[in-house]
Amino acid sequence: MRIDALDQENVRSPFQRILRVIFKDKAGLFGAVLFATVLFSAVFAPYIVPHNPVAQSLDASRQPPAWQEGGSWEHPFGTDNLGRDMISRIIYGSRVSLTVGFFGVAIAMSLGMLLGLIAGYVGGRVDNIIMGVANLFLAIPYLLLVVVVAAVIGRSLINVILIFGFTNAPLFVRITRGEVLRIRKSGYVESAVSIGARPGRVVFHHILPNLIGPLLTVATFEMSGMIFYEAGLGFLGLSVPPSIPSWGNMLAAGRQYIQFSPWIAAFPGLAIVVTSLGMNLLGDWLRDILDPKMRRSAS
Amino acid sequence: MSGDTVLQVRDLCVQFDSVDGTVHAVNNVSFDLERGRTLGVVGESGSGKSVSMMSLLHLIAEPPGKITSGSARFLPSKGEPVDLLQLSRRRMGQLRGDRIGFIFQDPMSSLNPLMTVGAQITESINKHTDLSGTAARERTIELLEHVGIPGARDRYGNYPHQFSGGMRQRVMIAIAISCNPDILIADEPTTALDVTVQAQIADLMQRLSKELSISVIWISHDLGVVAGLADQLLVMYGGTVVEYGEVSRLFSHPRHPYTVGLLGALPKLGVSQERLVNIGGSPPSLFSPPTQCPFAARCPWVLDRCTAERPPLFAGEQFDQDDVRNNKLDALADAHLTACFYDLEHDRPRGVNEKPLVIPSENAKEHAHNE
Amino acid sequence: MQRYLFSRIIQSGLLMVGVLIITFFMVRLTGDPARTMVPRDASPERVEEMREAMGFNEPLVLQFTRYMGGAARGNFGQSLHYRKPAMKLVLERVPATIELTLAALSFALLFSIPLGILGGSRPGTIWDTLARGFGLLGQTIPNFWLALMLIVVFSVNLGWFPTFGRGGIISIILPAVALGFFPLGQFTRLVRSSVLEVRGEDYVRTAYSKGIDERQVLMRHVFRNVSITLVSVVGVQFGYMLGGSIYIESIFSWPGIGRMINEAVQARDFPLVQAIAVFSAGFVVVLNLLTDIAYALIDPRIRYED
Repeated sequence: MRIDALDQENVRSPFQRILRVIFKDKAGLFGAVLFATVLFSAVFAPYIVPHNPVAQSLDASRQPPAWQEGGSWEHPFGTDNLGRDMISRIIYGSRVSLTVGFFGVAIAMSLGMLLGLIAGYVGGRVDNIIMGVANLFLAIPYLLLVVVVAAVIGRSLINVILIFGFTNAPLFVRITRGEVLRIRKSGYVESAVSIGARPGRVVFHHILPNLIGPLLTVATFEMSGMIFYEAGLGFLGLSVPPSIPSWGNMLAAGRQYIQFSPWIAAFPGLAIVVTSLGMNLLGDWLRDILDPKMRRSAS
Repeated sequence: MSGDTVLQVRDLCVQFDSVDGTVHAVNNVSFDLERGRTLGVVGESGSGKSVSMMSLLHLIAEPPGKITSGSARFLPSKGEPVDLLQLSRRRMGQLRGDRIGFIFQDPMSSLNPLMTVGAQITESINKHTDLSGTAARERTIELLEHVGIPGARDRYGNYPHQFSGGMRQRVMIAIAISCNPDILIADEPTTALDVTVQAQIADLMQRLSKELSISVIWISHDLGVVAGLADQLLVMYGGTVVEYGEVSRLFSHPRHPYTVGLLGALPKLGVSQERLVNIGGSPPSLFSPPTQCPFAARCPWVLDRCTAERPPLFAGEQFDQDDVRNNKLDALADAHLTACFYDLEHDRPRGVNEKPLVIPSENAKEHAHNE
Repeated sequence: MQRYLFSRIIQSGLLMVGVLIITFFMVRLTGDPARTMVPRDASPERVEEMREAMGFNEPLVLQFTRYMGGAARGNFGQSLHYRKPAMKLVLERVPATIELTLAALSFALLFSIPLGILGGSRPGTIWDTLARGFGLLGQTIPNFWLALMLIVVFSVNLGWFPTFGRGGIISIILPAVALGFFPLGQFTRLVRSSVLEVRGEDYVRTAYSKGIDERQVLMRHVFRNVSITLVSVVGVQFGYMLGGSIYIESIFSWPGIGRMINEAVQARDFPLVQAIAVFSAGFVVVLNLLTDIAYALIDPRIRYED
């Protein structure tokens, strides 16, 4: 179906169309709201928590959530085995998760983009080497790699961020390189260079804008994944030190009490699910918006 | 000159829902198809030529497509006459492939890459005939030979990617004629092929349609291809029929400015031309329901009337309106119709009193699948 | 086709070498591997003892050569904890993990295929929503948390399933569901989008134009083409499940290599960790190779390359 510019009366304007798409996909909006909530809790944690997340109290230990027998609204989500308030710990835990996710993706994306650009642009041996290494890392079961490395280098926030940053770079390398190759093949670069454009300029004006869409989408999903993996590492006792409240650590602690105090493990996991849900919906939404189909009709 | 009618389409309208609005893809298309004859449907991209023919057997996506009105009376060689647009899904499945065959534009993508070509032909035979097993296989090999594939017996077990473009299209033809259909609808069957192969395939289809008495609807954007093959021509523009009639009459005395333009744009052998005639402007938007002539913006003979109302079909010479009103078979068979307010025949605007052809419509009848 | 397979085999060989290189350096990341292998509070003498025993004082090249040579013969040293050959220990526990992984895979495929087909062929209906829903859930629920919640509901509260141990069929159900949930999501998504895409293809339209009914079109044309894409993804998910088993086996006390690597990591038994890492990675490499071979055999476009 061809859309002709001559007849404007019955065609919806581009603005209307974008609005329609945004609101048609309520799931994406919901995801954005969820994510914003988590982000908010992470940023303003010290101001919104009802209690000190590391304050222990043997009296209040293992108190069930407010709506169960024995619970109280002083500790809405109950307390853990050391009497620490659950909801405060969960709010604080979001800080670790989001920090790991954000910086991990930042490192992975920067490293990946750089290597991908080099591999795609320079080609030849350099390309083969870079892709060989990237494929190697992609071939190893991810969790295995992460667990072993974490076990070797020890528990700290920086270490976790570095691990995720480096092990997720290969994916970004692949995407970036793929896009560079695609543009090279399309003759874009040759024609630009032939009219006198410098190769560096070509990169900035042609390749990077096309990269933003897919990279951003992947970044959102990767960030969600890193939150998962941080929790997983914490669960095995390999993430941040136990003094810092992280969802993974909380799950590890809660595991022993699963029979009689299941809320100690249930709530951190729920927090992970909610955050992950938000980010996945957001990622899907981004993908729909940045999809080439939309780009084509908008330009 | 008229044989008997095998398909009588009246007032077909198809719309599509899209994010940008409702597309009026096909507006009041009517024609008669005679037995054994070939109807060429000509128009540019977006003219509605494919959608109108494909919608006859609901081969368009519904949703977002919707057949909003029309009738398509089909008189098969065996069985009762039916209105194609009113058929139940089951009945439609029986007719498709059996009484009406289809050939699509791109033979590479139109064949399942994971199935042997033999299996894809046999599938149709198994579904619609009593043949099965070895008998079906033999018939398939026979068909492959008939459409000109050398070494048919061996090639039965080959896969589509092992054939060239022309060969694949022959396979498509074999599938389409496997059950001796009454009608063959071919949507740009030669467009994706090399020029020399185009001629071969066109010849093959002509030969087959004569041999097996199949009526062909040949859809194309290329007037040159269709000219030598068709008995009648349906010219479409902007989702509307602009001219309809017997091929030689259309070529010698075109009655619509668009047809004139198309003919002028054809390079002619033996005639030295300074330039090929170009039709200026661009096609109309299909988002508004047709309230004016779709070609008005590009027409050298445009009148005020053309943008004020939509031109109906005019028959020109003496015509029996009663025949049409009563849906007499082959009422339109000899007609030379044009949807134009300017009478090119006499080089003057049509008088306000000149009566258009009235096609009995079954307007505003919702066509839905009857389960 | 032969050329393709040959190059894939060479590739896999190179990958294995790469895996060995990575595992070699993995335990040496801190620069002082001996320290990582002893308890935190170990005395400097103890560390030096370890260094001598493991040969860390020798030149790196020598260590590497010895490692590679040992690997070629299947010798990955001794487990510090069990004092037995590491690879032998690994191979003993492998069948349990394979059993669990296959069970999880079966669970995932059993539900994802019909759900994906229904969702992809009926867009806009409840099936579509369900398919997309499961696709999403699979990605948002961590498997270790799911395992714990399943235990709470089905083991502790309802008492339907045992909480730990490898026994009969009943004992494998909860762990298989927990492990297979993520693949379930992935497969459902893939099948659904693949069905959607294939249904839009021209050859499906040709099939309809032959008068073949919906169900037959789905089975004969759509699913055949969808299953090709599924084959390669199954291989990838197997790799994921080997990783995921680290959690699931620990939670359910399932005696496989997942649990073993967790214990080995906690006990700082790095020779054993190395052996498990090499085995798992190698397994995935071989599996991917087999998947590619299967793919080449199934897809006639590769099989009959002129």
